[in-house]
Amino acid sequence: MTSETKKTLFTPFNIFAGIVLLIGAYLTVMRFTGGLAAVTNLDDNNPWGIWIGFDLLCGVALAAGGFTTSAAVYIFGMKKYHSAVRPAILTAFLGYALVVFALHYDVGRPWRLPYPIFLQPGTTSLLYEVGLCVFLYLTVLAIEYSVAALEWLGLKKLRSLVHKLTLLLTIFGVVLSTLHQSSLGALYLIAPSKLHPLWYSTYLPIQFFVSAIAVGLSMVIFEGTLSHKPFHHKMDATFLAEHDGVILGFARGASMVLACYLAIKIIALGADNNWKYLVSGWGAWYLFEILGFVALPSLLYAIGSRERNIKLIKWTAALTVFGVVLNRFNVSLVAFNWQLPSAQRYFPSWGEIGVSVFVVVVGILVFRFIVTRMPIFYEHPEYKDAH
Amino acid sequence: MRRRKFLALMGVAGAGLALGKTPAQAAGNVHFEGYPDAKAVLFDATRCIGCRKCEAACNKVNKLPAPAKPFDDLKVLDGERRTTAKAYTVVNRYQPAGAAAPVFRKLQCNHCQEPACASACFVRAFKKNPDGSVTYDASVCVGCRYCMMACPFNVPAYEYDEPLTPRVMKCTMCHPQIESGELTMPGCVGACPKEALVYGKRKDILKIAHARIEAFPGRYVDHVYGESEMGGTNWLYLSGVPFKEIGMREDLGVTSAPELTSGALAVVPMVAAVWPALLGGIWAISKRNGKVADEERKEAVKTAVAANQADNDAKLAKAKEQAEKDKKDSIEREVKKALEEAASAAKEEEGA
Ligand code: SF4
Ligand code: SF4
Ligand code: SF4
Repeated sequence: MTSETKKTLFTPFNIFAGIVLLIGAYLTVMRFTGGLAAVTNLDDNNPWGIWIGFDLLCGVALAAGGFTTSAAVYIFGMKKYHSAVRPAILTAFLGYALVVFALHYDVGRPWRLPYPIFLQPGTTSLLYEVGLCVFLYLTVLAIEYSVAALEWLGLKKLRSLVHKLTLLLTIFGVVLSTLHQSSLGALYLIAPSKLHPLWYSTYLPIQFFVSAIAVGLSMVIFEGTLSHKPFHHKMDATFLAEHDGVILGFARGASMVLACYLAIKIIALGADNNWKYLVSGWGAWYLFEILGFVALPSLLYAIGSRERNIKLIKWTAALTVFGVVLNRFNVSLVAFNWQLPSAQRYFPSWGEIGVSVFVVVVGILVFRFIVTRMPIFYEHPEYKDAH
Repeated sequence: MRRRKFLALMGVAGAGLALGKTPAQAAGNVHFEGYPDAKAVLFDATRCIGCRKCEAACNKVNKLPAPAKPFDDLKVLDGERRTTAKAYTVVNRYQPAGAAAPVFRKLQCNHCQEPACASACFVRAFKKNPDGSVTYDASVCVGCRYCMMACPFNVPAYEYDEPLTPRVMKCTMCHPQIESGELTMPGCVGACPKEALVYGKRKDILKIAHARIEAFPGRYVDHVYGESEMGGTNWLYLSGVPFKEIGMREDLGVTSAPELTSGALAVVPMVAAVWPALLGGIWAISKRNGKVADEERKEAVKTAVAANQADNDAKLAKAKEQAEKDKKDSIEREVKKALEEAASAAKEEEGA
């Protein structure tokens, strides 16, 4: 076991990560000496690019596995999924931490990020709600995650104290997640004149919330698969034995949630009487999104869980995750400012993409550091019955 | 009663979204008719000759940097421009189909009655002043640019080349200069040689605008742009050609920005109040179910364990001994695996 973990430092991934970190360092210097203009393609008509569309919107959605899993286990009493909680909480914690980290590049004066919370709250702003909830939820996640860290450090007393808060933290986490997942969609409510009617809807908040649950469940499946290979030796028998059960159960859940999401999408279309837009290029793109990445995965999940086809389920999870990323891109970038002439439309610069990749790689490195050291994929023997 | 219950349920689901059209009061945003003495500016496109004198005056009174091309260079009008961090106002030239001469239109902040920028800002950097102007305070701005996303007229601009102290830049209706007594009317209004711009109380300005339409019905489109667009603005427009021909959107509607978001904001307290109660209830039920199942399982385990206790102990001891030799970090997992093996072996034996 010990020889297995001591691999050479120069794996292909490590070399790639090293290069990305160097590029990230370069872009960081550029951003904080030359301003946004030095690294981004943002302009006065397109104030938000992929640092919001991907890093913020997708980052928060993809981290939804944390609250969905802990709610399933601790509130809905699905104890058999218990081993999925810790990886999901860790991913969520890192995800949110990275979202906040990435925002430091995007906003003009990052050290003022606490202003809206502590100095002069703009309570009429949906962005205020997002900020406040993300701030509080990051705190909740840090406490939830600290249980694993405290076990690692051997601080038993503190650990059992924090552990007692589990239910309270879980409920608080669900409330906060409901609020900010939906508010991310609500951010766009203020701009009906800029977002294409097929994507603009008064239902945007609930669409964001429901799709976040679907992607949260899918991420647990998807990421379990990704982690399985490199970290197999770190996973204990409980995790491995429960793993297939988790996948089947989550697939069934995700199938239903996606069906619900599809229904809401169609209701929204009917409520605003937007059928006429379907027969246009935008309509085709819209149908591509909801048929290919909502309806199809819903069906595939249903088939996969009925036939216990783990492989199909894993591919469907990837499809769902991709679909939600596509949706966030459509709302924030593709269908936003759709009326502007093409010369004035936004396309990310390599520097923006570079920073986004940099942020993701930092996340993977920290994730790897933690799961190879702390009890994430296995239970700490001294606390075995304490769950 | 039933409706209220329904609304509460919708709130729970984070769905108030359906309530997008509820009255603004839902979020505490009472409909705002505008300050009684608020000022306004009227721009009459039939009078504007595109001389760019207003642009020059604005640049001067706001001490903005000198432009690349001088203000008397009318070639600039060949391309359509927008406001920038260095120009609070620009004049564009349009050639509407069927019109004999080109038509000019001045662009700057419209000083909305219920500004989208102010409603969107999460640090309240924007303020609607009693004189009708909407001003910005750079000392609290975080630089998130949500105000720019929100403005339906694409007015605010940003200092993208400022690394650490970027500001949002836009027309102030010359509020600071008028307040300090430096000016009696906005710089651009004072500079217009054709009186295409008029400054006064919004109530009076509206009367003037309608009087002009009435006096020359053939000359004007029968609409005062800004009277009700996006809840009304303090910069009003008259034109002889349809407004969309001079780059102004006619599909903005009359709903103000705060009304667009009040439904979603109203749901927040609902979710915060109802979710915990609901989730707590579900937890209590599932816990009780779990307890019953647990007890049954415990009984079964007890019998099995007792039968194989001795066997388990021996295997455990052996595993521990071996584990000792291993590196420290692997001890825990080995012990655990051994325990599990023992348990399953025991089970198998039992079955055999
Ligand atoms: S025009 Fe735009 S910037 Fe000016 S007050 Fe209205 S919303 Fe704000
Ligand atoms: S950029 Fe500044 S003024 Fe605009 S919304 Fe953000 S904090 Fe407010
Ligand atoms: S009102 Fe003042 S700031 Fe606004 S365009 Fe005119 S001169 Fe410029």
